[in-house]
Amino acid sequence: MPPSIALRMNHALPAEHRDRLLRVAREAHFPQDTRLFEEGGHADRFWILRDGTAALDLHVPGRRAPVVETLGVGDLVGWSWLYEPYVWQLGARTETPVRAFEFDAVAVRLMCLNDPEFGRAVEHWVGRVLAHRLQAARTRLLDLYGPYGSGGVR
Amino acid sequence: MTGVPVPYRVVARRPETADTVTLRLEPVGAALEDFAPGQFAMVHCFGRGEIPVSVSSVQATGGLAHTIRAVGAVSAGLCETQAGDVLGVRGPYGVGWEPERARGRDVVVVAGGIGLAPLRPLILRVLAEPVTYGRVNVLIGARTPADLMSRKEIERWPAAYTGVTVDRPDQEWRGDVGLVTTLLDRAEFTPTNTVAFVCGPEPMIRATARDLASRGVPRERIRVSLERNMRCATGHCGHCQLGPLLLCQAGPVVDWADAEHPLSVREL
Amino acid sequence: MSVTAAPAMIDRAGLDALVAALVAQGRTVIGPTVRDGAIVLAELDSAEALPFGWGVELDAGRYRLARRDDGAAFAHSAGPQSWKNFLHPARERLWSAERTPEGDVSFTAAEPAVPSYAFLGVRPCDLRAIAIQDRVLTGGRHTDSGYAGRRERALLIAVECTEPGATCFCVSTGGGPAADPGYDLALTETDGRFLVRVGSDEGAALLDRVPHRDAGPDAEETARDAVDAARERMGRALPPVDLRTLMGASLAAERWDDVAARCLTCGNCTMVCPTCFCTTTEEVTDLTGDHTERWQRWDSCFDLDFSYLHGGPVRSSPYSRYRQWLTHKLGTWHDQFGTSGCVGCGRCIAWCPAGIDITEEVAALDAERTARGTETD
Repeated sequence: MPPSIALRMNHALPAEHRDRLLRVAREAHFPQDTRLFEEGGHADRFWILRDGTAALDLHVPGRRAPVVETLGVGDLVGWSWLYEPYVWQLGARTETPVRAFEFDAVAVRLMCLNDPEFGRAVEHWVGRVLAHRLQAARTRLLDLYGPYGSGGVR
Repeated sequence: MTGVPVPYRVVARRPETADTVTLRLEPVGAALEDFAPGQFAMVHCFGRGEIPVSVSSVQATGGLAHTIRAVGAVSAGLCETQAGDVLGVRGPYGVGWEPERARGRDVVVVAGGIGLAPLRPLILRVLAEPVTYGRVNVLIGARTPADLMSRKEIERWPAAYTGVTVDRPDQEWRGDVGLVTTLLDRAEFTPTNTVAFVCGPEPMIRATARDLASRGVPRERIRVSLERNMRCATGHCGHCQLGPLLLCQAGPVVDWADAEHPLSVREL
Repeated sequence: MSVTAAPAMIDRAGLDALVAALVAQGRTVIGPTVRDGAIVLAELDSAEALPFGWGVELDAGRYRLARRDDGAAFAHSAGPQSWKNFLHPARERLWSAERTPEGDVSFTAAEPAVPSYAFLGVRPCDLRAIAIQDRVLTGGRHTDSGYAGRRERALLIAVECTEPGATCFCVSTGGGPAADPGYDLALTETDGRFLVRVGSDEGAALLDRVPHRDAGPDAEETARDAVDAARERMGRALPPVDLRTLMGASLAAERWDDVAARCLTCGNCTMVCPTCFCTTTEEVTDLTGDHTERWQRWDSCFDLDFSYLHGGPVRSSPYSRYRQWLTHKLGTWHDQFGTSGCVGCGRCIAWCPAGIDITEEVAALDAERTARGTETD
C-alpha cells in the first residue's frame, strides 16, 4: 500500500477508533473556491476529503495566495486543531466542488482526553500524515527538476 | 570504433522552457534506421562533442526531434543551433520503452521535468492505438508552470486521466501543487494489469517506482529510464555502468526489478 | 581448423628463423625485450632482441629486472604492458568532420591502423586476456572495427609459463600456466630449446618455414612437467570462493574504507590490466574551427570524470571507485560479458604505487563476509 493510501484515516486508524471518529462526522459539501479556513484563524474543525481537491495556501500581500500543496481524496485537511495553540498555520480553499467529512475539533480533542488509547491512535495517525507531508516538502525543496537534477537520457 | 555520425539538418527550433529547446531534424542524405520510443541517439555538436539524447519525436519521413536542456558545453552548443545548421547523429541505440509490453493492459506514464520528452513518443504511440491498450494515464510533475513542456499538446491528449502538478506555482497556476506521486491516487488503472513508464530525476524515479510497486504493479512491469555518463553508446567504453547493467546496451530503459537494487547502492 | 600435427622442437636457430620468417612476411613482430629497466613489449627485428638471461623479481609495488643463471628467453612474468597496447591502443582516431563555408558538415570514418601483427611470447594469462577483450569489443551487438581488424590479422605465438612470478595467481582465476586454444603456435621453453605446438593452419604454415624436428614423447613430457611445476609455484592466490557472489555481497563492506585509505586512485592498475578496456572520447579541432576530429583514448574508472553526470561525478569517493573496479573485474563482468575480467597476471599488484594487492583485498572481503555471517547466525 502506498503511503498516500496507508495514511488515509480508514487504514491508519484501528477499526474501533475509526468507527468512533466517524460517529461524530458530519457530511459537508462545499462549492468550488470556498475558503475552508484562514491562516491565523482558530482551528476548530478538520475535514477528510471524500471527493474533490483543496489547496493549502499562504497569504502574501499584493498577490494571489501562493499554493503550497494540493490535497485530494482521502486526505486529511487540517492538523493545527490537534496541537496548541490551535491556530491554523496555512489557509485552505476548495479547488473543485468538495464533499467531505467534517469534524468538530473540540469534540474530538475531548474524546482524546477521555480515552487515552483513542487519543494515542489519533495522534499517531496525524503525526504520520505530518511526517509524510514533511518528506514531500523536503523533496520539493531539493528542486530535483532544476538544472542538475533531471534524469533519463536527455 | 563503431558508428560515424550521419548529417542531419535542424529544420525547426522550438524553445520549450528557459533552458530547454526541441530541435526538429531531417537527414541531409540517407536517414538512420528508425528509432523506437525511448531509444537514444548520440548527437554531435561540431567542435564540441557528442551527448546521448533520447528521441522526443519519430517521424515517418526519417525526421527526428530531440529535446535538449543546456546543462553542459555540448548541450548548450546544441541548444544554440538554429534552423539550417547541420548536426551529426548516430544511432539508434539502446533499449527503449517497449510499449508493446503494455498491450491489453492499463498504462501509467509518469514524467518528471524534462523526463516528459523521452516519454512523448511512447504516449503518442499508446494513445494512437486505443483498442490495443487499456486506460492510459499521463502524470506529469514540473518545477514551475513555466518549466512545463508541451503544455498545449498535453491538454489535447485523449488519455483516461491526465494530471499535472508543479513544485512551485506561479500567479496564474490553478492546477495541482505537490509531488507527482500524489497524482497516482487519481489515476485510473488496475495495478496488477498495468505497465508503468517512468522518467525523471533519479530520486523521483525511485519514489514513483516504489509507490507503484506498493500499489501492486509488478516490478518487472515498471519501466524506468536511467542515465549515466555515456561516451560510445555501443557497449565498449565502460562509462555507463550501473552495477551489472551497461546502460547503453541493457537500457536506458530497464525494468524496476533490475534497477531497484543498483539504484539503492550509493555511488554505485 | 585442421591441425593434427605432432609437437615439434626448435632450437635457438629455429627461434631466429621464426622471427626472420615473420619479418619476411611483412609482419610487425612484437615481443618482450629489455628497455628502461623493464621487460617491455616492443617491435622486434630479430630474436636477438629477446630478453635472454633476464628474469624479474616481483612483489606488491615492486618490479626489478634480475639476471638469470640460464639464458632463458621467456623466464619472466608479465611486464608493464600487455597486448592491449597494440590491439586496443591508448589513442585512436575515430572519425573526422569538415564544415564548409555554407555550413554543410560531412563525417569521415578514420581508417584504423591495422598492422599485420605477430605477437611473440603471449603468456597463457594474456592469451585469456585477449579472449576476454575479444568478447568485450567484438562479442556484443556492436563491434569495435579497429580492434576487430587488428585482432583478425594478428598472429599469436604463445609461450607457456614455466617461471611464474611472486605476484602471479592465474591458477586461482581458473586459468593456468598452460596455453588454452586460441594461439597459432604455442612454445614451451626448456633448456634453451622450444617445444612447438600448432594451433592453426597459419601456425602450421609458419612452422613449415622454420627448421624443426619432431619433438618426441620425452621432450613433450619434459615440457609438460615444467608447466605442471609452474602450476604449483604461483606466488599468490585468490580465495577459493565464488567471487561473483562475494562481490555482490560486499557492496557495503567496511574493507572498502580500508583500501580507499591506501589507494591513490592513480589508475595504474587499470592501465596495466590486460583486460581493462574503458575509453573516453575527445573532440580535437584545428585553428580554423572547420575541421574537427573525434579521438578515443584509454580511460580509467579511477578518474573522477569517468562517472561525471551533469552536476558532478556519480562515484566521487575513492571508496566507490576502488569498489567499482574490483566488483566489475570479478563480479559484474560476468553479467555484462559472461566471464570474469581477471586472468591473474598480477600486473595490478606489481604496478600499484601503494602496493595494494588484489588477492589480499579479496581475501579480506571474504573474511569480512564470513565474520558477518557468523554474527548473524
